[in-house]
Amino acid sequence: MLELALKAIFIENMIFALFLGMCSYLAVSKKVDTSVGMGCAVWFVTTVTCPASWLVSNYFLKPGEQNLIGQLFNKPDLDLTFLTFVSYIALIAAMVQFLEMFIEKISAKLYGSLGVFLPLIAVNCAILGGSLMMNDKGFTFPEAAMFGFSGGFGWLMAIVVFAAIREKMQYSNVPKGMRGLGIAFLTCGLMAMAFMGFMGIKFPEKKAEASENPVAIVEAVEVETVDVKAVEVKATEDSVEVKAAEIKVDAPVQGDK
Amino acid sequence: MSDTMKAFKDPFVINNPIAVQVLGICSALAVTTQIKPAFTMAVAVTAVMGLSNLTVSLLRKQIPNKIRIIIELTIISTLVILVDQILKAYAYDISRQLSVFVGLIITNCIVMGRAEAYALHNPPIPALMDGIGNGLGYGVILVIVAFFRELFGVGKLLGKEILTSSPDAWGYKHSGLMVVPTGAFVIISLIVWVHHNYTKKFED
Repeated sequence: MLELALKAIFIENMIFALFLGMCSYLAVSKKVDTSVGMGCAVWFVTTVTCPASWLVSNYFLKPGEQNLIGQLFNKPDLDLTFLTFVSYIALIAAMVQFLEMFIEKISAKLYGSLGVFLPLIAVNCAILGGSLMMNDKGFTFPEAAMFGFSGGFGWLMAIVVFAAIREKMQYSNVPKGMRGLGIAFLTCGLMAMAFMGFMGIKFPEKKAEASENPVAIVEAVEVETVDVKAVEVKATEDSVEVKAAEIKVDAPVQGDK
Repeated sequence: MSDTMKAFKDPFVINNPIAVQVLGICSALAVTTQIKPAFTMAVAVTAVMGLSNLTVSLLRKQIPNKIRIIIELTIISTLVILVDQILKAYAYDISRQLSVFVGLIITNCIVMGRAEAYALHNPPIPALMDGIGNGLGYGVILVIVAFFRELFGVGKLLGKEILTSSPDAWGYKHSGLMVVPTGAFVIISLIVWVHHNYTKKFED
């Protein structure tokens, strides 16, 4: 889970790696205050819409037992995935509207700072893009929720940092033609380059349970470490086949080996 | 007639959607690692824009002002579903490569922006031309960016090898920088620079 979160915030940052929500990113990043408002609004909305669209996609669109519409008409193989776009955008627009009313009711202060940005968000591609991306990757429900939360946070971080740089840049002498849009893009490029540094982060690979292979059959002893330079891994229902160049098994010997 | 021509011609240089209106940046950056997907995207966006502008303009007297955004979104997303299904049927590989960005045409600000700013107040024929013009103006930038990124990133154009990477013979090496996001940002910023110098319109 943490791995997924770090990946969504740093390595696959919505702005610098996936280019989602660029329009509002460029338009609302002239001042730090407004950018914090916009960023928080996006964060808030992705956190809600990502899991919500997971529910819609799994219980209304995808074919299978769980499809409620399929159950209603007794057709378990009903495939409505072609309606993904239109249902997501309707869901997002409705959610944003609902959130706006909800925030207005519970906190006037929060409404004052986020309220103006909420209508803008319905057509922000970070939201729809996040939902579609989540759809593409085949997450489970908690993963989808985590993805929405951390993706939105990554966006917030990116826009606040960018706004701070742009505020400082007002005092620098930029060539005439580059002023405004041009230099904004160039700054983005440099920031994206900095973010590429995060690509070097390696997460521990999930250890493959090697219980059977053509070279040696390892009984299910308590194995401490398995060091495999795998060339090819093939997994079937009840066995894992590993074609490896080198296998080191470090295990305490228990009785006969 | 001159209105129609103006609506068609302006978006190419004077009022370019990317360089001047700052609309539709996301996809311009994301799908431009190669020319082929960039070109497909340009065609898809042009088709969606032309048709959505036409539809919105035909319905402009019936659409109530208060719920116009949701109506425009519905029209656009219906058209995008059509484009997506066609791409999946006839160009599956490219549609995989474009991944979520076909769906993101819905929230591509150019489509919404033109429907709001032009189609709602103008008759169908100029609206159609405005849609197509803006789509092409956007496509031109996409293809230019993709041209540089593909040529210098992997030395190919439309999949054919043009520049060979031979660090020993004459010191040329493909630049990995062009393939990663940074390359897209830098090239667009250079295009904007050239564009602003050409039109002599500077921001402060």
